Amino acid sequence: MKLIAAMSGGVDSAVAASRAKAAGHDVIGVHLALAKNPQKYRSGARGCCTVEDSHDARRAADLIGIPFYIWDMSDEFHEAVVENFLDEYAQGRTPNPCLRCNEKIKFAAVLDRARAMGFDGVVTGHYAIMKEVEINGEKIRAMYRGIDPGKDQSYVLAVLNQDQLTGAHFPLGDTAKEDIRKEAAAKGLLVANKPDSHDICFVPSGDNAGWLRDRLGSESGPIVDETGNVLGQHQGAYTYTIGQRRGLNLTIPRDDGKPRYVLKIEPKSNTLVVGEREALAITTIEGEKVIWCGPAPVGKSRGYVQVRAHGAAYPCSYQLIDSGSVHREISSDTSPILLIESDQPIVGLAPGQGAVIYDGDRVVGSATVASAR
Amino acid sequence: MARTIYFDHAATTPISEDALRDFSAQAKKVGNPSSLHGFGQAIRGDLEIAREAIAAAVSAQASEVIFTGSGTEANNSAIKGLFWSRAPKKIIVTTKVEHHAVHDPIHWLAEHEGAEISYIEIAADGSLNLSSLQKIVREHGDDISFIAILYTNNEIGTSLSPDEVEAIKQISGEIPVHYDAVQSIGKVDFNFEESGAISVALSAHKVGGPLGVGALLLKKALEITPILHGGGQERDIRSGTLNAPGIVAFATALTQSIATLEENRAKLLKLRTYFLEKVAEHFPSATINGRGDAPGIISVTFPQTKNETSLLLFDNEGIACSTGSACSQGLAQPSHVLLALGLNEASARATLRFSLNQSNDFADIDEFFEAAPAVIKRAQAAFLLTERAGKR
Repeated sequence: MKLIAAMSGGVDSAVAASRAKAAGHDVIGVHLALAKNPQKYRSGARGCCTVEDSHDARRAADLIGIPFYIWDMSDEFHEAVVENFLDEYAQGRTPNPCLRCNEKIKFAAVLDRARAMGFDGVVTGHYAIMKEVEINGEKIRAMYRGIDPGKDQSYVLAVLNQDQLTGAHFPLGDTAKEDIRKEAAAKGLLVANKPDSHDICFVPSGDNAGWLRDRLGSESGPIVDETGNVLGQHQGAYTYTIGQRRGLNLTIPRDDGKPRYVLKIEPKSNTLVVGEREALAITTIEGEKVIWCGPAPVGKSRGYVQVRAHGAAYPCSYQLIDSGSVHREISSDTSPILLIESDQPIVGLAPGQGAVIYDGDRVVGSATVASAR
Repeated sequence: MARTIYFDHAATTPISEDALRDFSAQAKKVGNPSSLHGFGQAIRGDLEIAREAIAAAVSAQASEVIFTGSGTEANNSAIKGLFWSRAPKKIIVTTKVEHHAVHDPIHWLAEHEGAEISYIEIAADGSLNLSSLQKIVREHGDDISFIAILYTNNEIGTSLSPDEVEAIKQISGEIPVHYDAVQSIGKVDFNFEESGAISVALSAHKVGGPLGVGALLLKKALEITPILHGGGQERDIRSGTLNAPGIVAFATALTQSIATLEENRAKLLKLRTYFLEKVAEHFPSATINGRGDAPGIISVTFPQTKNETSLLLFDNEGIACSTGSACSQGLAQPSHVLLALGLNEASARATLRFSLNQSNDFADIDEFFEAAPAVIKRAQAAFLLTERAGKR
């Protein structure tokens, strides 16, 4: 096959490209320039997006023996990921930009361009496993968890539909991270010991709250309890997330002395609602923007729901329901809603997070959390 | 990938056989040209022969040739040196179509040293608007530090004609003029003496010489402030042990390319005409940028493509071309040159430069056009898909 290997400059994507080449594919390395001014990020390197990272990617491509190019995806990234991130926070939601980037950039803009140019697909260093399987009599390319539980990235890939997955190649999913590093070293790749990238690539300082305050302003507003009593003032409501305990700076203690947690963010009134930890526990999730990785399940099904990249997977039931029958907090979308009922309480779920459905280790699909109770 | 077609001679040229032979022979000799002993004196002698040959090739005095490590260094030395030497004069007169080696040091001076930049207007084909220059000189004459102009544009091939050079000489009068002639030597007529310029930047690897060698032609009458200190090897204007093999090979390559200039230009004009006919035949909506004075440089805008996409596809077919100046860290920015000519960002991003030299032939062009229609078709498909996605 003719494949485009997306190379961030890190060890995973370098080994992925190298494995794709070793498997006999015709591979071309592409580094995505996602920042308008990559020099800005040179000193604040967090593993991707910087000029130094593009040099690392180029060197890795040289050593693997594949051509290498840089694609300017900064406009697409800014619009689809950065602006969306800000917009979501401004609405009091907690988005996951990695999900968004996979859905709109790596397996949309890049995959579309690759296909139009005559390539068959995109290779990345994500830890997930692709298998040709038959589900309900239908042959599909199904996605499974990577075998290294610490690195499994199937959660952030659950936004890919079957068409995208047919062009997605993840050569690393069957290997543990430490073995990938060993393999990189054995292959002479200079990035073998490069630290993992983490946090949000376009927030080089790592200070998400500060970054958001700089862009969305920091208008303070009331912090109230569930009955509306004002307990204090916050420094810009959208820089808090549901379930957060620290940074509230409340001076009036609860009668029972228990700590308070953020229960709700109301962007319109710029209010933060706090309460006891028990109030954070939910079992019912309503998800919108539903994406099935394979065939859409019919009726009520059993599976597991996971709401964070490396969080627990809870046994659950799920089914698509008509959107008219549920309360929609944020969206005027009329497409069907995914109703997920967890067997166990889930604590600290925020609107905007991705809820991913698994059938064992197979990713069934995902939805964006609209509301939970 | 059996095919290999090199259409990127404006980025760098293959070293000529003779230059390579002289480079190797010189590299085998030992001796620092600044040393006082016989070994050093022998190398110094070789260098002076090379200096004289280069001077003769461009109608300069040998004492006006200052060797540097690159064309970029020659431009930086002239631009910063002139600015500091001519203080407190603050105004630098230039154009918006300069190579980065001129554009960037001027902007650095503006940001850090208080320089003010005044731009000469440029026509859509890259021609200089001489009355605009005249107006600037009339209004600011006494405050002008110097005038810096790209003699031959590296992206579109527009080059100053002898008449334009004469007019600039008349208009500028006592104001120093610096030319970046890196793309000019061996390709168009260039005569340092007659140009009236105070300084000129040259580079070896654009004319079949080795990488890492440049020269600054600088009028004897002028002292400029050096940017490199440490030994003063080149008349106290440039320090650093001279690159003897590179310089000797530069002289060989330049002498050769000047001797064959007319012959090469005639051949390149025919190749250009043929190339443009083929463009019109296969890509009726494509447009050509520039005046074609340096006939080897052909800038083509293929509407509804992105040059980073088409370049990759051409490369995949074994065809080397460029999105513009090769210096921008691998990231295809819209060319500031094309934007200055009035192209919009989409057109600038849809433009590729094919730069031919005498080593190319008609067969290369035929082979190129066997591959090009499929490449451009795919690039257009990718472009339209991305456009649609953008509107989704």
